Amino acid sequence: MGILEVKDVGKRFGGLQALSDVNLSVRENTCHAIIGPNGAGKSTLLNCLVGKLIPDTGSVMFDGQSVLGRSPHEINQMGISRVFQTPEIFGDLSVMENILISLFAKRDGAFRMHAFESVADERGLQEEAERMLDEVNMLDKRQMHAASLSRGDKRRLEMAMCLVQKPKLLLLDEPTAGMARADTNNTIELLKEIKEKRNITIAIIEHDMHVVFSLADRITVLAQGTPLVEDVPQKIKGHPKVKEAYLGEAA
Amino acid sequence: MSDQSQTTGTIAPKAASRPGASGAAGRSRGTLGLAGKDFRLLLLVVALTMLAPFILNPFPQTSGLAQFNAGYPDLMQRFVIYGIFAIGFNILFGLTGYLSFGHAAFLGVGSYAAVWMFKLVGMNVLPAILLSVLCAGLFALLIGYITLRRSGIYFSILTLAFAQMCFALAYSVLTPLTGGETGLQLALDDPRILGTSQTASGNIPVPSLFGLEMRESVDLFVGGWAFTFNAGYYFCAIVLLLSFYTAIRIFRSPFGMMLRAIKSNQQRMRYTGLNPKPYALAAFVISGMYAGLAGGLMASMDPLAGAERMFWTASGEVVLMTILGGAGTLIGPVLGAGLIKYMENILSKINSDILHGWFAFMPDGLEDFVITVIYPFIGKGWHLTLGLMFMAVVIFLPGGLVEAGQRISRAVRGKKGHDTTDSKSEHAE
Repeated sequence: MGILEVKDVGKRFGGLQALSDVNLSVRENTCHAIIGPNGAGKSTLLNCLVGKLIPDTGSVMFDGQSVLGRSPHEINQMGISRVFQTPEIFGDLSVMENILISLFAKRDGAFRMHAFESVADERGLQEEAERMLDEVNMLDKRQMHAASLSRGDKRRLEMAMCLVQKPKLLLLDEPTAGMARADTNNTIELLKEIKEKRNITIAIIEHDMHVVFSLADRITVLAQGTPLVEDVPQKIKGHPKVKEAYLGEAA
Repeated sequence: MSDQSQTTGTIAPKAASRPGASGAAGRSRGTLGLAGKDFRLLLLVVALTMLAPFILNPFPQTSGLAQFNAGYPDLMQRFVIYGIFAIGFNILFGLTGYLSFGHAAFLGVGSYAAVWMFKLVGMNVLPAILLSVLCAGLFALLIGYITLRRSGIYFSILTLAFAQMCFALAYSVLTPLTGGETGLQLALDDPRILGTSQTASGNIPVPSLFGLEMRESVDLFVGGWAFTFNAGYYFCAIVLLLSFYTAIRIFRSPFGMMLRAIKSNQQRMRYTGLNPKPYALAAFVISGMYAGLAGGLMASMDPLAGAERMFWTASGEVVLMTILGGAGTLIGPVLGAGLIKYMENILSKINSDILHGWFAFMPDGLEDFVITVIYPFIGKGWHLTLGLMFMAVVIFLPGGLVEAGQRISRAVRGKKGHDTTDSKSEHAE
């Protein structure tokens, strides 16, 4: 049994069958990649996992509980953190505050009326946030406005905001989309480091083969809303069906 | 004060020396649970409010400039009451970015509640104000629950619609409760179960705080100057200080940080495990309670309430005050409220006779020309001046008066010696 179990999921938008019979199992402490050509349903699947969409059929179980019908913040509180295609951070706040908000959410839940306490008094959380920033090499930028960070740093910050919550599952939505080669390699290094250091389960949706093959332990290939194959990277590379649906198309 | 010295920790010194540090994160609390600069800001407001009768009366009574004096009780009360209104509005608008165009409704509800308390229970202002805050809070909970389903312009329009609906209701069908067109007034035959219906001399009693009448004043004459110390004003000023202190605490709390997160990125907030809705609703209710408090104080200074207090222009006025002073800053709304009320009461009193007096030294033709040019901007035309000022602030000083102050102090300090810490000018976030 995996930590994330997707069973027979189907989703229809009007006349378009975006997903059908999707079965997927993400095992604990592995990095599972979901790849596929444009329009294969990758984003739809991801949105079903995080509560943005509710599938028409099937079930999504995380850690033994169904995520269907729960709102994004409830799903996060269950232990799923999500990194977006373009970094979503709190631009008007400082880097430090961005991390602190994640920590407060983890400690205090979805809502708490802590109007008469002081952020400055939360020594424990402050130190935890500093350790996290140190880990992603951003400690010197902690008082900067998050909006003024470089694109790469925004990505690191978003990643740090997710990691500091110690999620059971980290969802990455095309983390290198639109990045230059150098930035992409940096992100790969960062993710590798996270994987080795933290023993974390990662599900990654990605377009870029280079990224996928350097990170993933298992790969699911999605085409036209259905999984074609699921296997280890070495096998996927040479798989005829995959070549036909994906790599062949590119060549 | 003793624990102010221990504001150091593993992280505090670094944070203090870093320019562009935002907020008090990384700094420990000092006196009253406030960081040093916040405490200094509070002291500044204490000084301003307590010394207002002096500060606002800088000109001797006999001088030609005496008409610029604003140190009379009625106007000083309005300064602080609208200051409270704007502080509360800023908690919603400045922190969460939700622009309400209907906050006057809560002001009106607060006023009606207080007057009813005066009519039914007694003339003590404390229970009246408590009821104002409570009623406005409950009302805000209801309206906020409905309007916060939408954001941006739709939220603004919904709040505007609600407030206008309240105004129309108060003006017509709710007349038994609100007094309709004439407004809600005290009468000699009101029950006042904990007080007296009428005084020994057959008059309606006046609002008081455990016997201290709100209209009581002490005059102080020094040379050509006259200073008035009014009980009602000082009562309002103390309430303002409590409101301001509460606002600082909210700004520096995790709750305040979440409100800023709402303004910044609700999507990220949801995917970080936070539910923005109850946070926004809490901010809406808190700011509604501030408005109710202001309304209750208004009724306590002058025990009547009319529907026009809920009219949309009153809602618009608090928006202007907040933006003019500096939305999202602590002291900005108070400054904005003071400026607008000053202009409304002082600028509007200048008429053409006074202008003729000022420019009498000029040759006739020039005098008439100058007065013709200036005339549209004063007296009843003060709205024109306000409008131009508002446009200038929005275009050139998006941070309002607070930003102007920061720029000036930065320029001054830039001359003295460069790069001292930015902490003092940064009571803004």
